[in-house]
Amino acid sequence: MPAPTVAKDRLPRELIAMRVAKELQPGYFVNLGIGIPNLVADFTDPAKGIIFHAENGLLGIARAQEVGKIEIPDMMNAGNQPVMPIAGAWLMDSADSFAIVRGGHLDVAVLGGLQVAQNGDLANWLRPGRAVGGVGGAADIAAGARQLFIAMEHNTSDGEFKIVRECTYPLTAVGVVKKVFTDIAVIRVDPGGFVLEEMAPGWTAAEVQSQCDAPLRLSPDLHEMEMA
Amino acid sequence: MALRPVYATPAEAIADIPDGASIAMGGFSATLGCPIALLRAMADNSTAKDLTFIGNGIPQGATGNPEDPWFVVHPSRVKKVICSFPAAASSRRGGANPYESAFTDGTTELELVPQGTLAERLRAGGAGIPAFFTPTGVGTRFAEGKEERTFDGRRYIMERALRPDYALVRALRADKLGNLYYRNTARAFNPPMAMAAQTTIAEVEEIVEPGDISPDLIATPGIYVHRLVVVKR
Repeated sequence: MPAPTVAKDRLPRELIAMRVAKELQPGYFVNLGIGIPNLVADFTDPAKGIIFHAENGLLGIARAQEVGKIEIPDMMNAGNQPVMPIAGAWLMDSADSFAIVRGGHLDVAVLGGLQVAQNGDLANWLRPGRAVGGVGGAADIAAGARQLFIAMEHNTSDGEFKIVRECTYPLTAVGVVKKVFTDIAVIRVDPGGFVLEEMAPGWTAAEVQSQCDAPLRLSPDLHEMEMA
Repeated sequence: MALRPVYATPAEAIADIPDGASIAMGGFSATLGCPIALLRAMADNSTAKDLTFIGNGIPQGATGNPEDPWFVVHPSRVKKVICSFPAAASSRRGGANPYESAFTDGTTELELVPQGTLAERLRAGGAGIPAFFTPTGVGTRFAEGKEERTFDGRRYIMERALRPDYALVRALRADKLGNLYYRNTARAFNPPMAMAAQTTIAEVEEIVEPGDISPDLIATPGIYVHRLVVVKR
């Protein structure tokens, strides 16, 4: 069922990524998924010393390499994009890489989402209508990271709800999502369900609620999203 | 010293792989750490059927040379694929990938496995551990039919180890004892697959003398490697 239309501007993907970046604490080890999450690195203050993990086997991503001007061969992230390592990076095989993930050594993972439920369940690997899809490392990362953030557009391109009472798509992991960052809001998941913490400029709490299938409680500290 | 046999061509290195074999294929993707030449020999030079392929993706690849066609080991010869990414990259290059219909119709069975669980199933297989408990997949369709237990208040599911008949791996360099050196992130699934398989076949850029690869740079020791073939890229 589509959400009612609210004729207000939604944040571009870059600003969602910028807001997530603000949430990352100095010294964190962080895994970023494909899509909006991958943009988070571009907006992270290098002075924070955050170390990014790529599950194909690299701990310590510095920046992208320019395709056609490869400086280091066979140095890629989990999206098969050439990257440069930081000084002090570590290379590992897939088994060691997922030991980092499963062992609870990542402070934060940021993944994309198709549906997030009020109990923290996440569905993000199989789109509706598709019989075959790839799960990649999403199920391991969602279950293994100490804190799981979701960065996504608040509704589907057809306006359907993605913040829901219960996921209807195949699950990636259960009860794991801690916070959702969207183009209209920041929503925390706590044992009682969703808590609205921040709204995009110009949006009211009632308007954000109209874009969610599940009820939102309001944080006592509810305020406008600040990116910087 | 247990010098490893060096085969003249990839086709000769895989020639004895029989019908019904299970084959792990290393690397992360068709463009990272993948034993392209060995896989291509499986596609073009082998007639073995009822195969099971184990990998991060499906048995397909490209050499990197834009003139070369994208190839697949045709699903009519493949009974089952165990992987985390069944989506067919070649469909992006125009033309349908035969695996899309093979998985949908069920003519090739797909066992979709979370990537970290796949890596650990191989590592466990190589390490003599028949099964292990993991939090990955609890409460999802990846847990269906699997034993669940609670340890220290957290739920886990049991996953079985994998012991493939063969592993096809790719490294930058081997020494004559089969010790392998990988470049950067090209390791990925290659080391756990090499340890898990009964017979591991490595394609490498060059073969050097024992001692020419420093012991602390060997990510897969020759004890796990049984055949070598040189493939220049």
